[in-house]
Amino acid sequence: MRRGEQWSALAFATPSVLGLGLFTLFPVGMAVVMSLFSWPMLGTSEFVGLDNFRYLFGADPTFVAALRNTFVFTGLYVPLNIVLALALAFWINRSRWKNLWRVLFFIPAITPMVANAVIWKLLFQMVGREPNLLADGRTALLSVVAMSVWQGFGYNMIVFSAAINELPRPVLEAAAIDGASGLRRLVSVQLPLMSPALFFATIMTVINALQVFTQPYILTAGGPGNATSTLVMNIYQAGFQSRDLGLAAAGAWVLFAIILLVTAVQFVGQRRWVHYES
Amino acid sequence: MRARSVVSHVLLAAVALAFLYPLIFAVATALKPPGETFATTSLLGSELRWRNFADVFDYVPFHRYILNGVLVAGAGTLVVLAASALSAYAFAALRWRGREGVFLLFLATLMVPQEVLVVPMFLLMQAFGWVDSYQSLIFPWAFTAFGSFLLRQFFRSVPRELREAARIDGAGELRTFLQIMLPLARPAMGVLAVFTFITYWNSFLWPLIMINDVTERGTVPLGLRLFFGQNGNEWHLVMAASIVSLLPTLLLLIALQKHLVKGIAAAGLAGR
Repeated sequence: MRRGEQWSALAFATPSVLGLGLFTLFPVGMAVVMSLFSWPMLGTSEFVGLDNFRYLFGADPTFVAALRNTFVFTGLYVPLNIVLALALAFWINRSRWKNLWRVLFFIPAITPMVANAVIWKLLFQMVGREPNLLADGRTALLSVVAMSVWQGFGYNMIVFSAAINELPRPVLEAAAIDGASGLRRLVSVQLPLMSPALFFATIMTVINALQVFTQPYILTAGGPGNATSTLVMNIYQAGFQSRDLGLAAAGAWVLFAIILLVTAVQFVGQRRWVHYES
Repeated sequence: MRARSVVSHVLLAAVALAFLYPLIFAVATALKPPGETFATTSLLGSELRWRNFADVFDYVPFHRYILNGVLVAGAGTLVVLAASALSAYAFAALRWRGREGVFLLFLATLMVPQEVLVVPMFLLMQAFGWVDSYQSLIFPWAFTAFGSFLLRQFFRSVPRELREAARIDGAGELRTFLQIMLPLARPAMGVLAVFTFITYWNSFLWPLIMINDVTERGTVPLGLRLFFGQNGNEWHLVMAASIVSLLPTLLLLIALQKHLVKGIAAAGLAGR
């Protein structure tokens, strides 16, 4: 190792290291501290131990509902997104105009979420049912899921479509020659070969789903009642409408803990179904 | 076999059309005269009123939101590209003590959700005196590990001999980086640039927290929400405003479709 190389490496890495330190590592540490304080946006803060967490799971009228809605949203959104993305990826990959279809289904994934949600808000009003689907507590969350799947699955479709392209031809042909039916080839050959892409897409989609905010914020503002309020919406309201930053930090840590836990469980579970080529 | 392919394509086109219906519906509504949104069940109104788009700009300073959006997303993209490329080079091409440890730390930061950061970040912005400013929209999210990670993978694929040849010819690290590595990395940099620009352009939660004076410093999603809040009953204008806000991203997608698809396939992740 040359001495010069050590110094130039330092110079090259410095902007990112400083930036990440200031804008990521420091806030993460700060968030831990803040979650243990009563920390109003204006005024003095005071150490309160775990009171913020106790409040969230006890007296807070919306947090538990938001938690439940977030889980229901994730539980519906992720499978729908993955299945739809997978089905369409297989379908379009047989077409000569694969690229055209990829771009078409990707459009809402790249346009601003706020614009998408505003358009769907009008669509839901036009359906002509009273009360409309967003105003009915039984259908509001489902409607938010529908809009979210529409806007989001194109991304995974492209990931899967690329994975299908990479499938090794000789293996597929061997399976066909051995007389495996179409369904059998799909379940026993193609899907296992794609399992790393499936695994990765599922992890990312779950993480994104747990952070859902913009769609319900625009479509329903969390209502009717608390029918569509989500964890991030709860954090936003606690911090920037009720101006209780400590409570918001505590809510954010609950979210982070859930993300870590769910991701860890998936990593443990992958051994059963994800096959990596050695 | 041919007949099956034709049927499959017709079906696929029908699915795509149904899928894009919300956008087609938005364009059609944006062109309806005032008061006709709920008047008929037909997609089109009694005339195609292109004036609605001009009206949007008369109602609110939408051109201002677009300029703000371009400024914030453009500046953010430049910072992301510069910081990511520099650190990626340090991780991929240089040997130094602590490299693996620092890289692991970088990767670990990818796990942290934005919501954990926004609350303390707000305090940080207050301390900097950056509340309600362009800087607050640009800098806090410009140092993500994702860019370093993406470009590092690319730099690692460049043969070591190339850099050694440059060094023997007397080029220093900076010159090797600028004249050998960066030009080679252009495709990867392009993908990173497009993704970063679009992420900034569409970003909603953070600008919602940071920007008080939307008319002055609002980006497009903030402007659209404000417009929606104030003119929520004039759906033809709201749809026109929505179309205006999604048009730039749509044009980017069409212009860069090939690279984008390749980029998603290669990167796999990108914070969505």
